[in-house]
Amino acid sequence: MTDAVMAPERRPGRFSGFVRWFVSDLRGAFSLTFLVALFVISVLGPWISPYAPAAQDLDAALATMSTQHWLGADDLGRDTLSRLIYGGMASLYASFLAVTIAVLIGVPVGILAGYLGGWVDAVISRIIDSFLSFPAIVLAIAVTGALGIGLTNGMISVGIVFAPQLARLVRARTLVVRNELYVDAARCFGGSTKRILWRHVLPNAIQPVIVQVTLLLAAALLAEASLSFLGLGIQPPDPSWGGMLARAYQNMEIAPEQMYPPGLAILFTALAFNTLGESLRVALDPTMKRN
Amino acid sequence: MSNSGRLRIIGRRLLQSIPVVVLSTFIVFGLLKLVPGDVAVTLAGDNASDQRIAEIRELYGLNQPFFLQYGSWLWKAAHGDLSNSLISNEAVLTSIQRCLPHTLLIVVLALLTAMLVGIPLGIAAATKPGSWIDGFVMAIASLGVAVPNFWLGMLLVAFFSLQLNWLPATGAVSLMKDPWASLSHAILPAVALASGGIAEVARQLRSSLVEILSSQQVRTLHAKGLPPSSILWRHGLKNVSVNLLTVVSLLANRMLAATVVVEAVFAIPGMGGLIVNGAMNRDFPVVQGVVFTMVLIVVTLNLLTDILYSVLDPRISS
Repeated sequence: MTDAVMAPERRPGRFSGFVRWFVSDLRGAFSLTFLVALFVISVLGPWISPYAPAAQDLDAALATMSTQHWLGADDLGRDTLSRLIYGGMASLYASFLAVTIAVLIGVPVGILAGYLGGWVDAVISRIIDSFLSFPAIVLAIAVTGALGIGLTNGMISVGIVFAPQLARLVRARTLVVRNELYVDAARCFGGSTKRILWRHVLPNAIQPVIVQVTLLLAAALLAEASLSFLGLGIQPPDPSWGGMLARAYQNMEIAPEQMYPPGLAILFTALAFNTLGESLRVALDPTMKRN
Repeated sequence: MSNSGRLRIIGRRLLQSIPVVVLSTFIVFGLLKLVPGDVAVTLAGDNASDQRIAEIRELYGLNQPFFLQYGSWLWKAAHGDLSNSLISNEAVLTSIQRCLPHTLLIVVLALLTAMLVGIPLGIAAATKPGSWIDGFVMAIASLGVAVPNFWLGMLLVAFFSLQLNWLPATGAVSLMKDPWASLSHAILPAVALASGGIAEVARQLRSSLVEILSSQQVRTLHAKGLPPSSILWRHGLKNVSVNLLTVVSLLANRMLAATVVVEAVFAIPGMGGLIVNGAMNRDFPVVQGVVFTMVLIVVTLNLLTDILYSVLDPRISS
């Protein structure tokens, strides 16, 4: 009896916590499964796609669904399913690139502004405000115009446009965290600013960032598709979902069904990122009740 | 609140927006610094004559120190001189004056659509949280945020223009010349643009309305015997109108971005076409002019929202 009282309450391990979440939140679990499947398919693309993405078979131009071409073919007779798989790889890469850049810029800037306060905060906040008054894709197009057309340039600019959103979020969170007792304690024990930021502020300010990053991945995916649709992102003949839509639109009157595969792919992937983000928001928030 | 108090708030907000405007213009001009290599040579394009390169060097004052370049550009921009297109030589301000009305028409229509559809959906969901209506509205909202506007535009063209032949597929007509034709051209692009807005308005309205309707204050009103409809309209919606204002100003910003792609689908000669062509041809004055105009619109809208905010909600002024 005494043993049971003395023994500290066993906290569930990370894995069992994950399993519990997976079972309790079906929508989030489904989204995560979808995204993992998409990732695996993209990585395995070269081995599982039925054709090379640029292989032309003019006899099959604008073919409808068949056993040879499961999702049909575009106006140059390129297999739609293969291009969808390869385009997915490009889209995922582009989204992660943009969001990584946004995190690398936004998080440190937000933490510094929030922790240091004073004129540093004032200056950084004004810069954040200025960047936030740029409509996102418009600035990305302008940067592409300056740096030259290309996926990497486009996604770097999308990342730069997203960074202020993260910075503002992290700044607000840091403002709260820096006044917590444990930060005061660390300071009293003579912890350096660098150590306090890394060991105490960052881990406690990062949680809303995880949610926001998931939501930004959806936004980055849509931005990449938009840029490629406009011809400012991934350049033909390299496949991209946005580029496929642009081609399908030109041939809409002959083969309208070619609009569906890339459009639905963008829709479902963005939906999965958003749904996962909302699930994470609930799962990570200790103040919200879990059923 | 007294009138002078209101004026003071407006004055303070105006002052606060000045650094943002100046910094934004700095960013717009700074884009030039991203051009790799010799700016004048790159912008002049392939096989440009030495004279052309010299002209562009002159145009941006590239021989001068950076802050002098920026200063003279800003001075000219403040006087309405956004210089000329490198390709067509048309004054950038003239191009913008021609293109902006088409873009504004779609964005304003899309904003109205977002409110007209989103508000009823949000109210319906909030009054019966957990019901099938609520689930339906939230599902629509999730789809609306994730659907690419331009793909939705393509679907609308396929259905309403090609199949049913109800509305024109592409192009735009000036509102002044022929209002009816102008609206019929603008409806499909506006709906395509509004999808995310509908979702955002419905979602925000639902969450803030649910919060208010479950508050102590509303419980007291129920206890007093007020009919539910009067509680909803007089007390619920009045309290969430401020939140709605923030959403709308945020949406205006997002729609100005999304319209660039939607305009491409509907071949509308608006700001989107202007900046996309400008970026493709490295027509830098045009790109800068469009970005500059859009930022000015957003900053003005934010300012108006801030002012309306402090007028609508007296607590903010302190």
